[in-house]
Amino acid sequence: MAILDILVYPDPRLKQISDPVTKFDSALKDFIRDLNETMLAGPGCVGIAAPQVGYFDRIVIVDLSSKPKNPNHGKLVLVNPVIVEASGSNIGREGCLSVPDYTGNIARAKKITLTAQDEEGNEHSYQMKGFEARVVQHEIDHLDGLLFLDRLVCRRSELFPRQNYAE
Amino acid sequence: MSSWYLLTLVGKDRPGIVAGVTTALYKMGANLGEASMVQLGGNFTIMVLAQYKGTEKELSEFILPVAKKFDLRLHIDSVLEPKHQTSLPDVRITVYGADRSGIVAEATTALANAGLNILNLESDVGGGPNSIYILIIEGTADKGIDALQKVLDDLARDKKLETRLSPIDTLIG
Repeated sequence: MAILDILVYPDPRLKQISDPVTKFDSALKDFIRDLNETMLAGPGCVGIAAPQVGYFDRIVIVDLSSKPKNPNHGKLVLVNPVIVEASGSNIGREGCLSVPDYTGNIARAKKITLTAQDEEGNEHSYQMKGFEARVVQHEIDHLDGLLFLDRLVCRRSELFPRQNYAE
Repeated sequence: MSSWYLLTLVGKDRPGIVAGVTTALYKMGANLGEASMVQLGGNFTIMVLAQYKGTEKELSEFILPVAKKFDLRLHIDSVLEPKHQTSLPDVRITVYGADRSGIVAEATTALANAGLNILNLESDVGGGPNSIYILIIEGTADKGIDALQKVLDDLARDKKLETRLSPIDTLIG
Protein backbone atom coordinates (compact mmCIF):
# COMPACT_ATOMS: atom_id res chain seq x y z
CA MET A 1 0.00 0.00 0.00
CA ALA A 2 1.16 3.50 -0.68
CA ILE A 3 0.15 7.11 -0.36
CA LEU A 4 0.26 8.48 -3.90
CA ASP A 5 1.41 11.95 -4.93
CA ILE A 6 -1.42 14.43 -5.49
CA LEU A 7 -1.36 16.51 -8.67
CA VAL A 8 -1.74 20.16 -7.79
CA TYR A 9 -3.14 22.92 -10.01
CA PRO A 10 -1.77 24.32 -12.39
CA ASP A 11 -0.64 20.82 -13.40
CA PRO A 12 -2.26 20.52 -16.88
CA ARG A 13 -3.00 16.83 -16.33
CA LEU A 14 -5.84 17.83 -13.99
CA LYS A 15 -7.69 19.11 -17.08
CA GLN A 16 -7.47 15.72 -18.80
CA ILE A 17 -10.63 13.64 -19.35
CA SER A 18 -10.43 10.15 -17.83
CA ASP A 19 -11.25 6.90 -19.64
CA PRO A 20 -13.86 4.31 -18.59
CA VAL A 21 -12.59 1.32 -16.62
CA THR A 22 -12.91 -1.90 -18.62
CA LYS A 23 -10.75 -4.38 -16.69
CA PHE A 24 -11.86 -5.34 -13.18
CA ASP A 25 -8.69 -7.13 -12.12
CA SER A 26 -6.34 -7.25 -9.15
CA ALA A 27 -4.39 -4.24 -10.44
CA LEU A 28 -7.61 -2.20 -10.17
CA LYS A 29 -8.14 -3.36 -6.57
CA ASP A 30 -4.53 -2.53 -5.66
CA PHE A 31 -4.91 0.93 -7.12
CA ILE A 32 -8.20 1.54 -5.30
CA ARG A 33 -6.51 0.56 -2.02
CA ASP A 34 -3.73 3.11 -2.63
CA LEU A 35 -6.24 5.76 -3.70
CA ASN A 36 -8.20 5.19 -0.49
CA GLU A 37 -5.06 5.46 1.61
CA THR A 38 -4.17 8.71 -0.17
CA MET A 39 -7.65 10.10 0.57
CA LEU A 40 -7.39 9.14 4.25
CA ALA A 41 -4.01 10.93 4.46
CA GLY A 42 -5.64 14.23 3.41
CA PRO A 43 -6.86 16.14 6.49
CA GLY A 44 -10.66 16.31 6.52
CA CYS A 45 -10.80 14.76 3.08
CA VAL A 46 -14.13 13.12 2.14
CA GLY A 47 -13.47 12.18 -1.47
CA ILE A 48 -10.84 11.62 -4.11
CA ALA A 49 -10.77 10.96 -7.86
CA ALA A 50 -8.19 8.86 -9.72
CA PRO A 51 -6.92 11.73 -11.93
CA GLN A 52 -5.88 13.61 -8.78
CA VAL A 53 -3.07 11.06 -8.46
CA GLY A 54 -2.29 11.02 -12.20
CA TYR A 55 -4.33 7.90 -13.01
CA PHE A 56 -6.79 8.74 -15.77
CA ASP A 57 -9.47 6.11 -15.29
CA ARG A 58 -13.02 6.82 -14.17
CA ILE A 59 -12.71 5.90 -10.49
CA VAL A 60 -13.69 7.93 -7.43
CA ILE A 61 -13.94 7.19 -3.74
CA VAL A 62 -16.23 9.10 -1.41
CA ASP A 63 -16.31 8.52 2.32
CA LEU A 64 -18.63 10.52 4.54
CA SER A 65 -18.49 8.09 7.44
CA SER A 66 -16.87 10.91 9.46
CA LYS A 67 -19.94 13.14 8.82
CA PRO A 68 -22.79 11.32 10.59
CA LYS A 69 -24.94 14.49 10.62
CA ASN A 70 -25.28 14.31 6.84
CA PRO A 71 -27.28 11.35 5.49
CA ASN A 72 -24.81 9.23 3.50
CA HIS A 73 -23.86 5.76 2.31
CA GLY A 74 -20.51 5.64 4.17
CA LYS A 75 -17.50 4.70 2.10
CA LEU A 76 -18.27 4.10 -1.59
CA VAL A 77 -15.95 3.07 -4.40
CA LEU A 78 -17.54 4.36 -7.62
CA VAL A 79 -16.19 3.00 -10.89
CA ASN A 80 -17.52 4.53 -14.13
CA PRO A 81 -20.01 6.70 -12.20
CA VAL A 82 -22.77 8.44 -14.15
CA ILE A 83 -25.28 10.96 -12.81
CA VAL A 84 -28.51 9.93 -14.49
CA GLU A 85 -30.77 12.44 -12.80
CA ALA A 86 -30.15 15.68 -10.95
CA SER A 87 -32.56 18.13 -9.36
CA GLY A 88 -32.56 21.27 -7.25
CA SER A 89 -29.61 23.48 -6.58
CA ASN A 90 -27.82 24.80 -3.55
CA ILE A 91 -24.60 26.62 -2.85
CA GLY A 92 -21.93 25.16 -0.60
CA ARG A 93 -18.28 25.65 0.23
CA GLU A 94 -15.73 23.44 -1.51
CA GLY A 95 -12.02 22.92 -1.29
CA CYS A 96 -9.80 20.41 -3.02
CA LEU A 97 -6.60 18.44 -2.40
CA SER A 98 -5.46 19.59 -5.84
CA VAL A 99 -6.11 23.27 -5.10
CA PRO A 100 -4.44 23.88 -1.73
CA ASP A 101 -5.28 27.03 0.26
CA TYR A 102 -8.48 27.95 -1.58
CA THR A 103 -12.14 27.29 -1.04
CA GLY A 104 -15.08 28.56 -3.05
CA ASN A 105 -18.86 28.80 -3.12
CA ILE A 106 -20.16 26.37 -5.70
CA ALA A 107 -23.70 25.64 -6.90
CA ARG A 108 -24.49 21.91 -7.17
CA ALA A 109 -27.61 19.82 -7.67
CA LYS A 110 -29.34 19.06 -4.36
CA LYS A 111 -30.41 15.53 -5.26
CA ILE A 112 -28.87 13.09 -7.70
CA THR A 113 -29.45 9.57 -8.92
CA LEU A 114 -26.20 7.87 -9.67
CA THR A 115 -25.21 4.62 -11.35
CA ALA A 116 -21.76 3.19 -10.84
CA GLN A 117 -19.89 -0.09 -10.72
CA ASP A 118 -18.03 -1.38 -7.69
CA GLU A 119 -14.48 -2.72 -7.84
CA GLU A 120 -15.82 -6.14 -8.91
CA GLY A 121 -17.73 -4.59 -11.83
CA ASN A 122 -21.21 -5.01 -10.30
CA GLU A 123 -23.71 -2.30 -11.23
CA HIS A 124 -25.31 -0.21 -8.46
CA SER A 125 -27.72 2.68 -8.31
CA TYR A 126 -27.71 5.31 -5.55
CA GLN A 127 -30.00 8.14 -4.50
CA MET A 128 -28.08 10.94 -2.81
CA LYS A 129 -28.81 14.38 -1.49
CA GLY A 130 -27.09 17.33 0.16
CA PHE A 131 -23.46 17.06 1.15
CA GLU A 132 -22.96 13.54 -0.19
CA ALA A 133 -24.45 14.52 -3.58
CA ARG A 134 -22.11 17.52 -3.59
CA VAL A 135 -19.03 15.39 -2.91
CA VAL A 136 -19.92 12.99 -5.72
CA GLN A 137 -20.48 15.86 -8.18
CA HIS A 138 -17.13 17.40 -7.17
CA GLU A 139 -15.30 14.09 -7.71
CA ILE A 140 -17.01 13.26 -11.02
CA ASP A 141 -15.96 16.71 -12.25
CA HIS A 142 -12.33 15.58 -11.81
CA LEU A 143 -13.00 12.69 -14.24
CA ASP A 144 -14.06 15.30 -16.81
CA GLY A 145 -11.08 17.58 -16.22
CA LEU A 146 -13.03 20.13 -14.16
CA LEU A 147 -11.97 21.71 -10.88
CA PHE A 148 -14.21 23.63 -8.48
CA LEU A 149 -12.36 26.70 -9.77
CA ASP A 150 -14.22 26.16 -13.07
CA ARG A 151 -17.54 26.52 -11.26
CA LEU A 152 -16.84 29.44 -8.92
CA VAL A 153 -19.80 31.71 -8.47
CA CYS A 154 -18.29 34.66 -6.68
CA ARG A 155 -15.82 35.24 -3.91
CA ARG A 156 -18.18 37.84 -2.48
CA SER A 157 -21.80 37.28 -1.66
CA GLU A 158 -24.51 36.23 -4.04
CA LEU A 159 -26.62 39.34 -3.48
CA PHE A 160 -26.67 41.90 -6.26
CA PRO A 161 -28.69 45.07 -6.73
CA ARG A 162 -31.37 44.68 -9.38
CA GLN A 163 -31.28 46.87 -12.47
CA ASN A 164 -34.20 49.21 -13.06
CA TYR A 165 -35.50 48.10 -16.42
CA ALA A 166 -38.34 50.53 -16.92
CA GLU A 167 -38.75 54.01 -15.50
CA MET B 1 14.53 41.83 -0.32
CA SER B 2 10.97 42.69 -1.21
CA SER B 3 8.33 43.77 1.26
CA TRP B 4 4.56 43.58 1.30
CA TYR B 5 2.35 46.64 1.25
CA LEU B 6 -1.39 47.14 1.53
CA LEU B 7 -2.52 49.84 -0.86
CA THR B 8 -5.87 51.56 -0.44
CA LEU B 9 -7.23 53.70 -3.28
CA VAL B 10 -10.64 55.35 -3.08
CA GLY B 11 -12.46 57.75 -5.37
CA LYS B 12 -15.50 58.39 -7.51
CA ASP B 13 -16.07 55.44 -9.83
CA ARG B 14 -15.24 55.68 -13.51
CA PRO B 15 -14.08 53.21 -16.17
CA GLY B 16 -10.40 52.28 -16.30
CA ILE B 17 -9.41 52.60 -12.63
CA VAL B 18 -8.49 48.93 -12.10
CA ALA B 19 -6.58 48.68 -15.38
CA GLY B 20 -4.75 51.96 -14.71
CA VAL B 21 -3.72 51.14 -11.14
CA THR B 22 -2.73 47.51 -11.73
CA THR B 23 -0.79 48.37 -14.90
CA ALA B 24 1.19 50.99 -12.98
CA LEU B 25 1.96 48.43 -10.26
CA TYR B 26 2.96 45.81 -12.83
CA LYS B 27 5.24 48.21 -14.70
CA MET B 28 7.14 49.08 -11.54
CA GLY B 29 7.76 45.41 -10.79
CA ALA B 30 5.19 44.90 -8.04
CA ASN B 31 3.57 41.48 -7.59
CA LEU B 32 -0.08 41.57 -6.53
CA GLY B 33 -1.60 39.44 -3.78
CA GLU B 34 -5.21 39.23 -2.64
CA ALA B 35 -7.39 42.17 -3.53
CA SER B 36 -10.82 43.58 -2.88
CA MET B 37 -11.99 45.96 -5.58
CA VAL B 38 -15.60 46.97 -5.28
CA GLN B 39 -18.02 49.78 -5.92
CA LEU B 40 -19.60 51.20 -2.77
CA GLY B 41 -22.32 53.67 -3.60
CA GLY B 42 -20.85 55.62 -6.48
CA ASN B 43 -17.31 55.25 -5.16
CA PHE B 44 -14.75 52.73 -6.24
CA THR B 45 -12.58 51.19 -3.55
CA ILE B 46 -9.41 49.20 -4.04
CA MET B 47 -7.56 47.40 -1.30
CA VAL B 48 -4.74 45.32 -2.69
CA LEU B 49 -1.72 43.54 -1.28
CA ALA B 50 1.44 44.08 -3.32
CA GLN B 51 4.95 42.77 -3.01
CA TYR B 52 7.55 45.35 -4.00
CA LYS B 53 11.32 45.60 -3.81
CA GLY B 54 11.51 49.32 -3.03
CA THR B 55 10.50 51.46 -0.09
CA GLU B 56 7.06 52.74 0.81
CA LYS B 57 8.16 56.19 -0.39
CA GLU B 58 9.21 54.87 -3.82
CA LEU B 59 5.96 52.91 -4.14
CA SER B 60 3.99 56.01 -3.29
CA GLU B 61 5.91 58.15 -5.83
CA PHE B 62 5.21 55.62 -8.59
CA ILE B 63 1.50 55.26 -7.84
CA LEU B 64 0.62 58.89 -7.09
CA PRO B 65 0.50 59.97 -10.78
CA VAL B 66 -2.07 57.29 -11.64
CA ALA B 67 -4.01 58.00 -8.44
CA LYS B 68 -4.12 61.70 -9.44
CA LYS B 69 -5.17 60.82 -12.98
CA PHE B 70 -8.26 59.01 -11.66
CA ASP B 71 -8.86 61.37 -8.67
CA LEU B 72 -8.17 58.60 -6.18
CA ARG B 73 -6.92 59.04 -2.64
CA LEU B 74 -3.96 56.78 -1.92
CA HIS B 75 -2.95 55.24 1.37
CA ILE B 76 -0.13 52.72 1.86
CA ASP B 77 0.58 50.48 4.85
CA SER B 78 3.58 48.26 5.28
CA VAL B 79 2.35 44.76 6.23
CA LEU B 80 3.71 41.30 7.04
CA GLU B 81 3.86 38.68 4.30
CA PRO B 82 0.23 37.62 3.82
CA LYS B 83 -0.99 34.06 4.25
CA HIS B 84 -3.83 32.55 2.23
CA GLN B 85 -6.96 31.96 4.31
CA THR B 86 -5.32 31.64 7.71
CA SER B 87 -8.72 30.68 9.07
CA LEU B 88 -11.68 29.15 7.28
CA PRO B 89 -15.13 30.47 8.15
CA ASP B 90 -17.37 27.87 9.77
CA VAL B 91 -20.53 29.95 9.94
CA ARG B 92 -22.47 32.31 7.70
CA ILE B 93 -24.98 34.74 9.16
CA THR B 94 -27.57 36.85 7.38
CA VAL B 95 -29.34 39.68 9.18
CA TYR B 96 -31.88 41.94 7.51
CA GLY B 97 -34.66 44.31 8.36
CA ALA B 98 -36.19 47.71 7.70
CA ASP B 99 -33.29 50.12 7.40
CA ARG B 100 -32.45 52.20 10.48
CA SER B 101 -29.31 53.29 12.30
CA GLY B 102 -27.69 50.76 14.61
CA ILE B 103 -28.37 47.41 12.91
CA VAL B 104 -24.70 46.62 12.27
CA ALA B 105 -23.58 47.82 15.69
CA GLU B 106 -26.26 45.85 17.53
CA ALA B 107 -25.81 42.67 15.56
CA THR B 108 -22.02 42.59 15.56
CA THR B 109 -21.74 43.53 19.26
CA ALA B 110 -24.08 40.70 20.25
CA LEU B 111 -22.28 38.26 17.95
CA ALA B 112 -18.83 39.32 19.17
CA ASN B 113 -19.93 38.71 22.77
CA ALA B 114 -21.10 35.24 21.71
CA GLY B 115 -17.69 34.38 20.27
CA LEU B 116 -17.96 35.31 16.59
CA ASN B 117 -14.74 36.30 14.88
CA ILE B 118 -15.73 38.08 11.65
CA LEU B 119 -13.69 37.19 8.56
CA ASN B 120 -15.88 38.87 5.98
CA LEU B 121 -18.80 41.29 6.20
CA GLU B 122 -20.77 42.77 3.35
CA SER B 123 -23.88 44.86 3.52
CA ASP B 124 -26.31 46.42 1.15
CA VAL B 125 -29.15 48.91 1.34
CA GLY B 126 -31.95 48.78 -1.17
CA GLY B 127 -35.64 48.48 -1.76
CA GLY B 128 -36.81 52.00 -2.55
CA PRO B 129 -38.50 54.39 -0.07
CA ASN B 130 -38.95 51.67 2.57
CA SER B 131 -35.39 50.50 2.30
CA ILE B 132 -34.05 47.19 3.59
CA TYR B 133 -30.67 46.77 5.24
CA ILE B 134 -28.98 43.45 4.52
CA LEU B 135 -25.92 42.18 6.32
CA ILE B 136 -24.01 39.05 5.33
CA ILE B 137 -21.29 37.91 7.70
CA GLU B 138 -18.89 34.98 7.60
CA GLY B 139 -16.67 34.04 10.47
CA THR B 140 -15.56 31.49 12.99
CA ALA B 141 -17.76 30.56 15.94
CA ASP B 142 -15.17 30.45 18.69
CA LYS B 143 -17.73 29.59 21.41
CA GLY B 144 -19.77 27.24 19.21
CA ILE B 145 -22.74 27.75 16.94
CA ASP B 146 -25.43 27.42 19.65
CA ALA B 147 -24.14 30.56 21.38
CA LEU B 148 -24.49 32.51 18.12
CA GLN B 149 -27.94 31.09 17.42
CA LYS B 150 -29.12 32.24 20.82
CA VAL B 151 -28.08 35.89 20.29
CA LEU B 152 -29.55 35.84 16.78
CA ASP B 153 -32.88 34.63 18.22
CA ASP B 154 -32.70 37.47 20.76
CA LEU B 155 -31.96 40.01 18.00
CA ALA B 156 -34.87 38.74 15.94
CA ARG B 157 -37.24 39.06 18.89
CA ASP B 158 -35.99 42.30 20.49
CA LYS B 159 -34.81 44.30 17.47
CA LYS B 160 -37.31 43.19 14.80
CA LEU B 161 -34.62 41.77 12.52
CA GLU B 162 -34.71 38.65 10.38
CA THR B 163 -31.72 36.48 11.20
CA ARG B 164 -30.42 33.27 9.75
CA LEU B 165 -27.38 31.19 10.64
CA SER B 166 -26.00 28.46 8.39
CA PRO B 167 -23.00 26.35 9.31
CA ILE B 168 -20.38 26.25 6.57
CA ASP B 169 -19.31 22.67 6.10
CA THR B 170 -16.37 22.91 3.71
CA LEU B 171 -16.00 19.92 1.42
CA ILE B 172 -12.43 18.79 0.87
CA GLY B 173 -12.11 16.33 -1.97
